[in-house]
Amino acid sequence: MAQATSSPPETLDEDAPARRSYSSDAAGLGRLRAGVFVAPALLLIAAFLVFPALWVLYLGLTNYRLTGIAAAEPQFVGLDNFIDAVSNPVFWNSTWLTVQFVLGSAVIGQVGLGFTIAWLLRDRRGPLKRLVEGLVILAWILPSAVVSFLWVALLDRDGGTLNALLGLPGFAWLLDHPMLSIIIFNTWRGTAFSMMLYGAALGNVPPSHLESARLAGASGWQQLRDVVFPHIRGHILTNLLLISLWTFNDFTPFMITAGGPDGKSEILAVHVYKVALQSGELGYGAAVSTVILLINLVVAVFYLRLLRSKK
Amino acid sequence: MAAIELRGLTKVYPGGVKALDALDLDIPDGEFFALLGPSGCGKTTLLRTIAGLEIATGGAVVIGDRDVTGVQPGGRDVAMVFQDYALFPHMDVTENIAYPLRIKKVAKSARRAKAVEVGTRLGLEHLMDRRPGQLSGGQQQRVALARVMATQAQAFLFDEPLSNLDARLRLEARTFLKKLQRELGVTTVFVTHDQAEALAMADRMAVMESGHIRQIGTPAEVFQRPANTFVAGFIGSTPMNLLDGAVRGDTLDVAGCKVGVPSSAEGRLSDGEKIVYGVRPEYMSYSAEPAEGALGGKVAIVENLGASHLVTLDVNDVIVQAVVPEGSEPSLGDDGYAVPRRDRALVYRDGELV
Amino acid sequence: MTARFVAGRIGFYTLIAVLLAFFTIPLLWLATAPFTSDPTYEVGVPDFTWENFQAVAEHPYALPSLYNSLVLSVGTALLVVAMAALAAYALSRVRLPGRDALLYALLLLSSIITGTAAMVPLFQLAVELNLIDSHLGLILILTGGLLPAAIFMMKDFMDSTPKSYEESARVFGASPLQIVRHVVVPLVRPGLATIGVWAVANVWGNFLMPYLLLSDVEKQPAAVITYTLYTEGGQANLRMLSTFGLLYSVPVVLMYLFVSKKYGFRFHGGIKR
Repeated sequence: MAQATSSPPETLDEDAPARRSYSSDAAGLGRLRAGVFVAPALLLIAAFLVFPALWVLYLGLTNYRLTGIAAAEPQFVGLDNFIDAVSNPVFWNSTWLTVQFVLGSAVIGQVGLGFTIAWLLRDRRGPLKRLVEGLVILAWILPSAVVSFLWVALLDRDGGTLNALLGLPGFAWLLDHPMLSIIIFNTWRGTAFSMMLYGAALGNVPPSHLESARLAGASGWQQLRDVVFPHIRGHILTNLLLISLWTFNDFTPFMITAGGPDGKSEILAVHVYKVALQSGELGYGAAVSTVILLINLVVAVFYLRLLRSKK
Repeated sequence: MAAIELRGLTKVYPGGVKALDALDLDIPDGEFFALLGPSGCGKTTLLRTIAGLEIATGGAVVIGDRDVTGVQPGGRDVAMVFQDYALFPHMDVTENIAYPLRIKKVAKSARRAKAVEVGTRLGLEHLMDRRPGQLSGGQQQRVALARVMATQAQAFLFDEPLSNLDARLRLEARTFLKKLQRELGVTTVFVTHDQAEALAMADRMAVMESGHIRQIGTPAEVFQRPANTFVAGFIGSTPMNLLDGAVRGDTLDVAGCKVGVPSSAEGRLSDGEKIVYGVRPEYMSYSAEPAEGALGGKVAIVENLGASHLVTLDVNDVIVQAVVPEGSEPSLGDDGYAVPRRDRALVYRDGELV
Repeated sequence: MTARFVAGRIGFYTLIAVLLAFFTIPLLWLATAPFTSDPTYEVGVPDFTWENFQAVAEHPYALPSLYNSLVLSVGTALLVVAMAALAAYALSRVRLPGRDALLYALLLLSSIITGTAAMVPLFQLAVELNLIDSHLGLILILTGGLLPAAIFMMKDFMDSTPKSYEESARVFGASPLQIVRHVVVPLVRPGLATIGVWAVANVWGNFLMPYLLLSDVEKQPAAVITYTLYTEGGQANLRMLSTFGLLYSVPVVLMYLFVSKKYGFRFHGGIKR
């Protein structure tokens, strides 16, 4: 209410300091309260995400071990761990297997299958579409421990369903073709993401563009090449980078083959676990982790660049 | 109720954009006041600065006798209707209307009673249990108005109150809003980009352009005597004819024709000076026969306005428009003569009214 | 034209059939074995027994591990939702200095520091802070890992909520905390639920972190117990494994159905890590 006691308009300029006494964001929160709101999250992230990442860089430069003398008093060894890694054939073997795993299961398997399904079902509605999508998504959302064992059962040498279906009793998939097994497994496991992403992308292709191509007499393949791909190019790149990153860091194959037999499926994620936590060479493991972090960083920066340029 | 005074109000956004440039404005108690202008002219910023949602960079806002420049929005005793109404989607109509009272710690039964009272007054009594999502645009607007009424604030601020309504509903809502404001008698400032809306509803209005007020006046003043060519071009459903011309002794040379000096400019012009001659199409009398002081040319376009026609004449390659009553509209290519009313025509010198 | 059309139809349905087989066959065992008296690796027709569920109920670690999974995932989800909502709200509405850089860093962090890359230092950290075999410690670590992505998704959600609701409440005199309580929280509830479900699903299925940090079998969640069931102690107990696996899987499926029914499936780039 109007108060006679307040200052008359003539003296306004002297009240100027009062002007900045409140904040102008929507809720009047102000920077101080905003800082208090953000702080707990940042503290947890700093303690359990940033700090470990920095520590891994330091550990990689020491001869830290899980047990023994080096566990009590780790020594600074410079780049020894990295030199060890580079001269270690097991490390290079793991790197090569990881490349196969990412290219085979993510880039070829998930992208190819995901796009194929999205394309086949693009104009469909109803139970068939729901059934196919439901099953693909089911493979994606079930806990990794469960699906891993489902595949162990499926591929079992003597009693597995696959051998029974194919009439190949005694064919040892996991022993003779461990990489092929985990590549197919991971394709099965992760196709849902690509399928949904491409489904959404195809839904955004303006129907009028497809119709005008069809009116011009373009074949299915020509429509795909001239209308669809130019529209979803951004999605393809996003999808490729994200699923490569995830697949590169995936630990699930450990639950199927545990890196075996004889390291034939020991991708980098499994390699780190084996050398650092099973053999106790934390320093060396940290050096490999550093390499993984760096590769992640490159892919992520590339991805973020892409996102920015799209905006 | 309270008057609103703005003294040298300035708002500069970070980055140096001057949204408001030292504005002075007096809105007396109980007035229905319109802020009109094209988008980006600063009218919404001005409204939000009065509400306190934007902090003024300089100058003062006085509501009643109180300088509220440094006061939080909630402490200014104003109430605002937002362009999208900002009805809380998770509350029903009663809760929405009662929300300001809930903040003021009014007891639950008392605030519900008040909400029902106000809601009934606005014809919402059968909708009190609905959520905003279940209401039509017009109903939502009335809920937003009811919520503002429930506050019993000293002044109301409406941001584009009609822009979210269908064209048909808008006319109805215009009448309703004007009647409601009359009855309540609360000082009300509303923002609009639609000149017809401002003319129809406001007691007085301010026409704004890029952070400045270009004219303040009643709708009649602003319509009949635009203070400058910007206002002249902005106000009116058919734009004013603004024609380059020059003073030739006792007459004006406009588009190669000889027209009389408007009464308002008589004795204020010097021979030979360049001017802009302004006359609204509505203030021309049209005939097919040559006439003294007429702008004559060929009929280029005829547009049907319903009860009248807008005739566009090509006068020596200058476009002149005149409104012609129904029944006497010419055909394309005819010769036409439009005589401006001397008591309504205007002369602008360097963009300002003479 | 018609011959080509028929050939196209045949091709289409053949392809769909192959795809359906590829995605169904591995799952079949999970649907049949729990209801079979003496299941083998091969999928067979079940005889619809409930004895296997009896066996799971009697197993000393099976049901407790589901409880552990619940504690871990709900605990983490609550922390993630609360902290991410507060942080995202402040970041969305207030121009804090360095906000854009912070958001960029968060996005970068969430994608590069994965369990795989950070398992060595996280293990070390847990040892040093005495957080091995501690549910709280694991919850904190998991929360730290999920928060950046959660803040990012939450901020997206907050940004898409009009500010006029808050401004309106503010003009009516509501204090910042009243605005958060009365207006913001109810408005973003679907977002909070989405992030919550996302966090629960993530932790529920997470194997690596509990496997590293929980060695006490009584504290291990279902993911670790499942793995233990088929890797340790010679011949795997298929009755236990299949039935327990089914019980462990059902909540995830229900949650997915709930989310896609209630909110529609909002496509977030980072919905799953």
